[in-house]
Amino acid sequence: MDNKIQINAAGKVFSTDRQDVVALQDVNLSIGANEFITFVGASGCGKSTLLRCIGGLETLSGGEIRVNDRVVDGPGVDRAMVFQNYSLYPWLSVVDNIKFSRRLKVNREGATSSEVEVASGRADALLSLMGLAHVSKAYPNQLSGGMQQRVAIARALLPKPEILLMDEPFGALDAQTREVMHDLILHLFNLEKTTIVFVTHDVEEAIYLGQRVVLMAPRPGRIDTIYEVPLPDKRDQEMKLSPEFIALKKQILSRIRETSGMHTNQDLLERMTRQAEDSVSI
Amino acid sequence: MSVNASYSGIRTQSFLRQLWRRLWTIRGYLSQKEFLLFAAVGMLVPFAAWWFLANSGIMDKVFLPSPMDVLLRIYHWFEDDDLVGDAWISIYRVTVGFLLSAVLAVPLGIMIGTYRPIQAIFEPLTDFIRYMPAVAFIPLVMLWVGIDEGSKIAIIWIGTFFQMVLMVAEDVRRVPMAQIEAAQTMGAGDEEIVSLVIFQSAKPALLDTLRITMGWAWTYLVVAEMVAANSGLGYAILKAQRFLQTDKIFAGIILIGLIGLIMDQLFRLAHRKSFPWLYKK
Ligand SMILES: Nc1ncnc2c1ncn2[C@@H]1O[C@H](COP(=O)(O)OP(=O)(O)O)[C@@H](O)[C@H]1O
Ligand SMILES: [Mg+2]
Repeated sequence: MDNKIQINAAGKVFSTDRQDVVALQDVNLSIGANEFITFVGASGCGKSTLLRCIGGLETLSGGEIRVNDRVVDGPGVDRAMVFQNYSLYPWLSVVDNIKFSRRLKVNREGATSSEVEVASGRADALLSLMGLAHVSKAYPNQLSGGMQQRVAIARALLPKPEILLMDEPFGALDAQTREVMHDLILHLFNLEKTTIVFVTHDVEEAIYLGQRVVLMAPRPGRIDTIYEVPLPDKRDQEMKLSPEFIALKKQILSRIRETSGMHTNQDLLERMTRQAEDSVSI
Repeated sequence: MSVNASYSGIRTQSFLRQLWRRLWTIRGYLSQKEFLLFAAVGMLVPFAAWWFLANSGIMDKVFLPSPMDVLLRIYHWFEDDDLVGDAWISIYRVTVGFLLSAVLAVPLGIMIGTYRPIQAIFEPLTDFIRYMPAVAFIPLVMLWVGIDEGSKIAIIWIGTFFQMVLMVAEDVRRVPMAQIEAAQTMGAGDEEIVSLVIFQSAKPALLDTLRITMGWAWTYLVVAEMVAANSGLGYAILKAQRFLQTDKIFAGIILIGLIGLIMDQLFRLAHRKSFPWLYKK
């Protein structure tokens, strides 16, 4: 597998007036071309920070990130990003949202008319692929949350990015919609041959989508364990019930509990239960 | 009393109780008819009270003219005097002062809300000047600008510009970061982000800001015209006081209120026409 993204000794410290937060410490990772890699971990372990550093929205305090062997020093059209929400432009129709990147200088300069035509055809193709053709003239706030995220994904895919960075893109959706979106994104992944870096706090989602699952741990934010997912590349919902899936899910969940330093205080729970019972008996 | 009658009596009672409960629900619902009914009560009761008080003879006409007197006065002002001219010069002053504010405040506010150093340079100063009463600048303005049109416009400008800058900056700061970052990851340059994302996203809030500051512009206009003018609605009110024409004072105040209301409604109409996505659900 060729290396698409190479992360070397990446570190990130957020300095606020009160304290320094080590969001990333000594992160090392290679991500292959056409790989679907997912990141999980307790909240605050630096998943978003790492993704934003790859995307060029945040600069590292130490180390480097290379994409196609070039050091990242800002956002670029080779890396598209999908956010959890509020990233669509409410004043533009669905189709104009999707075509937004075509209005930008980077894509207009040097584009021949045939290229523009191809891009226009691609917008239509993405609309129907995403099941958005019938709402292409609607405004985003007329759509459900799931449909809005489809628009956001289509918009990110329009300029054919090599890398798709997704930060909890389905975090605000209900469980059923999320399942539909999972199969849609897997379908797109097979079709578009992009590299997908996907951040989530949902372990099941991470396993179902990823070829590898990277578990991060907090304070300081770092990579804890990398799991290979023992499932065939072609996924279906039934696999969530397979022994391999369940075993991996258990393993990751218990590791998250160990690393997050958050455990339920059994004694305290029992004491509170006893107190509650006592007060009832009085 | 028959069984039937008492039954329907109970029914009516429970209907009224339900209606009462529905009307006084927190954040409840009112049909359009009900809304108009309550609105009519809210408008007519004070008007009727005014009419009654003025015509009952409890109060001297010099202090409280009746609605009819005021209407007649407006008519005579229009027919025999120069109502249109007075209103026109006032509208002109407000519009010019307001536009001068907007033309400068919108770009400056966008820059303040976008770039931190510009915020640090301008915002504390603007905040400070904002708390200086615009009216207190009148003597200074007369000294510097004189007593012609410029002074009235200058006072409106002082009263609205600094407020407007801060409100525009706040509108711009409310643009969600995700909208800006999405554009950055699509390869947009800073100029494109300001013009294609920040400005577009803030537009509805900006129009609301303009609508609100327009209302303040009228307040400062009237003050300016009362102190330093010999034309306009504010001046007409002041002159009426000298001649004890209380009905004309009333007429002037009502006319200013009406013009303000019309302008406000025009802004709201423009809002609905310009930003259809906010009204389609
Ligand atoms: N802009 C910022 N300024 C200060 N601290 C930040 C900033 N962004 C993130 N952090 C801190 O960095 C740590 C990692 O955050 P984040 O990457 O958002 O975690 P995750 O996405 O895994 O929940 C957290 O402790 C968070 O408070
Ligand atoms: Mg996060």
